[in-house]
Amino acid sequence: MTDRASSGYKSGSTLERMLRAGHFAVTGELGPPQSADGDHIREKAGYLRGIVDGVNITDNQTAVVRMSSLGAAVIAIEEGLEPVMQMTCRDRNRLSMQADFLSAYALGIRNMLALTGDHQSFGNHPTAKNVHDLDSMQLIQVLRDLRDEKKFECGDPVKGVEPRFFIGAAAAPDAGPVEWRPYRLAKKVNAGADFIQTQLVYNTKAFEKYMEEVRQLGLHERVCILVGVGPLKGPGMARYMRDFVPGISMPDHIIDRMSKAAAGIPKEEKAARRDAWRAEGIQVCIELIQQVREIEGVAGVHVMAIEWEEAVVSIVKGAGLLPRPALD
Amino acid sequence: MITGEQKPLDEIKGLLGDGKKVLVVGCGTCVTVCFAGGEKEAQILAASLRMSTKLDGDAREVTDATVQRQCEWEYLDLVEKEVQEADVIVSLACGIGVQAMARHFPDKWVIPGLNTTFLGLPEEQGVWTEQCQACGNCILALTGGICPIARCSKQLLNGPCGGSENGLCEVKRIKRENGIPVMQTDARGREQPVLEDVECAWQLIYDRLKGFDKLDLIMEIQPPKDWSVSRDGGPRRIVREDLRLIDEE
Repeated sequence: MTDRASSGYKSGSTLERMLRAGHFAVTGELGPPQSADGDHIREKAGYLRGIVDGVNITDNQTAVVRMSSLGAAVIAIEEGLEPVMQMTCRDRNRLSMQADFLSAYALGIRNMLALTGDHQSFGNHPTAKNVHDLDSMQLIQVLRDLRDEKKFECGDPVKGVEPRFFIGAAAAPDAGPVEWRPYRLAKKVNAGADFIQTQLVYNTKAFEKYMEEVRQLGLHERVCILVGVGPLKGPGMARYMRDFVPGISMPDHIIDRMSKAAAGIPKEEKAARRDAWRAEGIQVCIELIQQVREIEGVAGVHVMAIEWEEAVVSIVKGAGLLPRPALD
Repeated sequence: MITGEQKPLDEIKGLLGDGKKVLVVGCGTCVTVCFAGGEKEAQILAASLRMSTKLDGDAREVTDATVQRQCEWEYLDLVEKEVQEADVIVSLACGIGVQAMARHFPDKWVIPGLNTTFLGLPEEQGVWTEQCQACGNCILALTGGICPIARCSKQLLNGPCGGSENGLCEVKRIKRENGIPVMQTDARGREQPVLEDVECAWQLIYDRLKGFDKLDLIMEIQPPKDWSVSRDGGPRRIVREDLRLIDEE
């Protein structure tokens, strides 16, 4: 890794090298358990190994306490995956974040995704105090300064090996104010983001418009944009996303497609209906990947199959992205 | 101004301890304007405590007094006699007034009758909203006069997170009456708090800066905030030598 870093790579991670080589990258997601069960991660890792270039290890996602992203990322490495460790601003202050960056690098983690974090009111400790000492923009800058300036946030030098991460950030093209979203992305790129993973995209028309503005700002040449896609489990999930999840634009034609998927199957045949919906959800996801791949400036996809990791192989294979390219 | 909400009567009763003679002290400034702890509220609380403790078979002698400002020593001197006659003081001032009473009358047990809620403004008759967190380093010039420290759920300094939609924050406010969540039964028969919409502060900032053609202000990356001038630096203090009457040692 050190050799690769000195040969022009920022971190030398597989994800960085895949993108640098011009390959269409694929990342996945693995949610740590609400327990101390490492086998939970080992089992999920089996669904993703060899299928994706990097695996996001979520950080107390939806503000529910889980095994830490650092600990789970280390198990993922042991299982032959390359983790993209997530770090939210909700739970840690700048001391704790930087300490975890040092640990993460020492333990072999090379990709770090800087996130604001879901609000604690959505999780299982709604009376907790949130931190937000830094915001995601500032967190990106801290990661860049640690790597490129060998400096802590306070300005003190790193005394020895500096943590060299491939720095990721999130983007929510469909959140408000929509017209400012390309500019928020520009801020993240200026702060030092190397790659972007977007919120789930279902409305490809709106996303094309977003990318048009991103290209006008020249951002696609400065950052690798991975589009968030995910399989729907049924029409109910599609409607829930349309009605209750901010920052996701769900077009009616996808909801219609999901509804029609089980149209000919009697209501009492629950398993058959479920299978029909899920098959359609995977097919819709494959088509989304094919559509966004045609958009100039899209460097890859981030497949979020929430608690449905088994679906990832069908999606990636169906999209013609297997086997993953070999790197030197 | 500082806003407050009176604690539930049962909670206040529970804080009285053994004190037989109770003095409720109102404050004539902020908490009068927000109808939480002024003269009228002090009188009503005193009457409620008298009746309620009597009904409980534990009657207390409850009187009331109100001063112009509980946070200034000279006004507290005006109720010295009433305070000395009481066993326990219920302060209906904000947390500053409660502490001022306790310090000014060190041998008296002082309890709070209010929850001090925030620094805010009256939105309309009967509605107050938080506007300021007294963070010690005002950034309102950068954000068009709308404070993201007080009004963004995540105190973001560099624009809206992904939870902003149609001008609203994804984080809802729990509706409260006298500080207690208002509950409702949902479709599955579970008791849930009633939630209210909250405006996204960053949408408000965006709209206002756009109107002034000043969106360039939020394109600048704001560096990490210096929280040492906020509460995180420990209890804060202002010293104005030009105003002091005696030099400090």
